[in-house]
Amino acid sequence: MMMTMENNNGFSSPRSDAFPAGLRVLVVDDDPTWLKILEKMLKKCSYEVTTCGLAREALNLLRERKDGFDIVISDVNMPDMDGFKLLEHVGLEMDLPVIMMSVDGETSRVMKGVQHGACDYLLKPIRMKELRNIWQHVLRKRIHEVRDIEFHEGIDEIYMTRNGSDKSEDRHLPSGTDPISGKKRKDVDNKHDDRECNDPSSVKKVRVVWAVDLHQKFVKAVNQIGFDKVGPKKILDLMGVPWLTRENVASHLQKYRLYLGRLQKEKELTASFGGMKQSDITSKEPNGNHCLQNSVNKQCDLTSGNHGTQGNKTILQNVDFKMHEGDMKCIAPMPMAEPKKAMNGDNSDPQKSSNKKMGVNHSFGQLGSDLQYATTVPKQYSWNEECSETQMNRECKPHFRPKSVFNALPLTTLPQNIQLDYIRPRLPLNSRPSSLERDNKLAEADMMPAYMKSRSQGIGQLSPAECKADRFPVQPGSKSTNVQGLKSIPSAVWSMNNHSLDQILGGCSESEDTSLNMTCGTEFASWDGNLQCGSLQGDFQPLNVGPETVESFNYGNPELTSEVPTFSYDSLKFDFEYPFDSMEYPVIDQGLFIT
Amino acid sequence: MEGNAASMRETLFDQGYLDEQFIQLEELQDDANPNFVEDVVKVFYTDSARLIRNIEAEMGKHPIDFEKLDDAMHRFKGSSSGIGAKKVKNECTQFQDYCKEGNAEGCFRAFQVVKQEHETLKRKLDTYFQVFF
Repeated sequence: MMMTMENNNGFSSPRSDAFPAGLRVLVVDDDPTWLKILEKMLKKCSYEVTTCGLAREALNLLRERKDGFDIVISDVNMPDMDGFKLLEHVGLEMDLPVIMMSVDGETSRVMKGVQHGACDYLLKPIRMKELRNIWQHVLRKRIHEVRDIEFHEGIDEIYMTRNGSDKSEDRHLPSGTDPISGKKRKDVDNKHDDRECNDPSSVKKVRVVWAVDLHQKFVKAVNQIGFDKVGPKKILDLMGVPWLTRENVASHLQKYRLYLGRLQKEKELTASFGGMKQSDITSKEPNGNHCLQNSVNKQCDLTSGNHGTQGNKTILQNVDFKMHEGDMKCIAPMPMAEPKKAMNGDNSDPQKSSNKKMGVNHSFGQLGSDLQYATTVPKQYSWNEECSETQMNRECKPHFRPKSVFNALPLTTLPQNIQLDYIRPRLPLNSRPSSLERDNKLAEADMMPAYMKSRSQGIGQLSPAECKADRFPVQPGSKSTNVQGLKSIPSAVWSMNNHSLDQILGGCSESEDTSLNMTCGTEFASWDGNLQCGSLQGDFQPLNVGPETVESFNYGNPELTSEVPTFSYDSLKFDFEYPFDSMEYPVIDQGLFIT
Repeated sequence: MEGNAASMRETLFDQGYLDEQFIQLEELQDDANPNFVEDVVKVFYTDSARLIRNIEAEMGKHPIDFEKLDDAMHRFKGSSSGIGAKKVKNECTQFQDYCKEGNAEGCFRAFQVVKQEHETLKRKLDTYFQVFF
C-alpha cells in the first residue's frame, strides 16, 4: 500500500513522495530460509532490501552507509551477537528504528526487546501484512524527532529569553534586542528551520557526521554557553565550523538530549525489572561493550582504579549515544596521553572514588575538549566500523582511536549540570515550585550538610530524603572561589531541564544512594585543578553558581518543569546507578570543565 | 496447476504436513521469482542439515547442556516455521519440552521423530515440485 506523505501529514520531499515505497530496510537474520522469505516479502512491499546474515556484518554495514537505511529488522537469536545488543547499538549509534523478530513470543523476551529499544517485536512465522506496516515506525520516529527539535528549541528560547530578562543586561540576546523581540526573532528563525524539519526526509538530510572532534566542539560550546542557555545558534557560533548549519546543531542537540533521556529510561527500566537486563548484559559482555547496561553494571570497576578500561566502557556507553549520529572518528591519540595521566593520578586520590558519580557526566558525551581522562574508551568504542565488540581499540584503525575518542567524548560536564539542574527544577516540581532564589537559599543551607554527609560515603550524595525541593543542591556562590572554574560554565547544564535530564537523573538506581548528580558536579570541580572548584571535597561546590547566575537557571521555570513529565521526584533515586557511577573519572572530571 | 499437483498439495495440507505459512510463500511467488516456493524449500533443506548436525553435536555432549540444546532446536524450529513445516514444528516443540525437563532420553526419542518428519516432508515436497512442473 503506497501512501504519499502529503496525504498523511503534509510532508513533502522528493524522496517521500512515494513513501513508504523505497523504504530502505536492513534485514538481519542468521537463518537463510527466513532471510530469503523476508527479503521477498519486503520487496513485495516495494521496499529496498538489504540482507545480512550476521549481526556484526549488519553493524558494519550500517556504519559504512550512514543514513543508508531507514529501518532495521533483526532476529533476536543471532549467533555472533545477542540480538538485543545489536538493537542497542543500532539505536544508539544510528538512531534507527529496530524491529525484533523471534520464534519465541514469550512475554519476557518481548519485554526485553522493548526495553532495549525495539519499536516492534514480530513473531515468526511473519506475515507479509506485518511487514507492510513497518514504515509507520520510521515515520513516527521522524515526526518525534522533528517535534523534539522544535520542542527543545522552544525551550532554549524560553531560557534565553528568561535569562535575558532576568538579568539587567541582555547577555544572551543580541545587543539591542529586548527579550520579547529577541524571542520573536528567534521564533521566526525557528519556524523557518522547522519547516524544513517537518519533512522527514529533510530531517535526515541535515544530519552530519558528528565525528569525535566535531562533537567535542559541540560539547565545548554547550558548556561555554551554559546548558540552560544553550541554543543551536549559539552553539553554532561558538563552534566555528563553517559548513555546519544551525539545523545540524539543533538536531544534534536534540539527539543528545534524547539520548540522555533514553539512558534514564533504561535505567529506570533496568531497575524496575530487577536488573534483568543488566544481568544479561553483564554476562554477555564482560568487556562491557557498548551495552548500556553494561556500563551501568560496570561502573564499579572504575572506581577501583581500573578506570583504564572499565571506565572507558562506561563512557563509551554513554558516548555511544552521541556517536551514533555519525562516524565517530577517533581523534588523535594525543589527548589521550594526558587523561591517562590524570587518571592515574586521580586514582590515588581518595576523592576520586566519588567520581564514580561523575560518570554520569561522561555519559553525556559532552566532550570535554581536553578531557584528560584517557579512559580507555577504546574498548568500548565499538562504534567504529572496525571496532568489534570485543576489543575495539586494537581493531579500530583509522577511525577509531578509542582513547582519543574518549577524550573527546562525553565526558562532558553535562551530567553534572544535569544533576544540578535536576535537583533544582525537579524540586519545585515535586515539592513546591518555589522561586529559585528561595530554593537556592534553602538548598544552600541544606545542601551543605547533605552533601557533606553523602560525601562521607565516598561520593557526594544527597540522600533522597535530603533532596527535596527546598534543598537546593547547588549552592550558588557558596564557595564562589572554588567555583570559579565552573563559572565559566554558565550553569550550562544545570538547566537541563528537559525531560531527558529528568530521566537521567531519575535513572539513579541503587548504587550508593547518592545523588549522583550533585556529587558529580562537585566532584568534578574539585578534581580538576582548572576547575577551581577545589573545595569540592566535602563541600558542595555548586558549580559556579553564583547568586547572579542563579536566576538564570530558571529552574523555577514552570514551563520547563511542566515539560518534564517523567521527572518525578520519587523516581529520582539518588542511588541511581549511573553508568558512570562506579567509574572514577578523575581524569574525566578534569576534562569536563573546559573553560 | 495440474490435477496431480493440486491434489498432492491438498493432501499435504489436509494431513497436516504444511500450514498457512506455505501459502504465504506461494503468494510471494511471482514473475520476478517464479520458483520462489521451491527455492525457499531448497534453502531450508540445505541449511537444516547443518542445524540438525548442531543438535546432534549438542546431544553428544556429556553432560548435555539442555539450554544449548534447546537453543539449537529453537533455531531449527524457527527455520522450519519458515516453510510451514507443521508436523516438523510440532515435533520440535515436543523435543523442547523434554529439554526443559532435562530429559535426555525423551530428547533422543523426540529428535528421531523430528528427523523422520523432516525427511518425510522433504520427499513429499520433492515429488510435489516435480509434479508441479
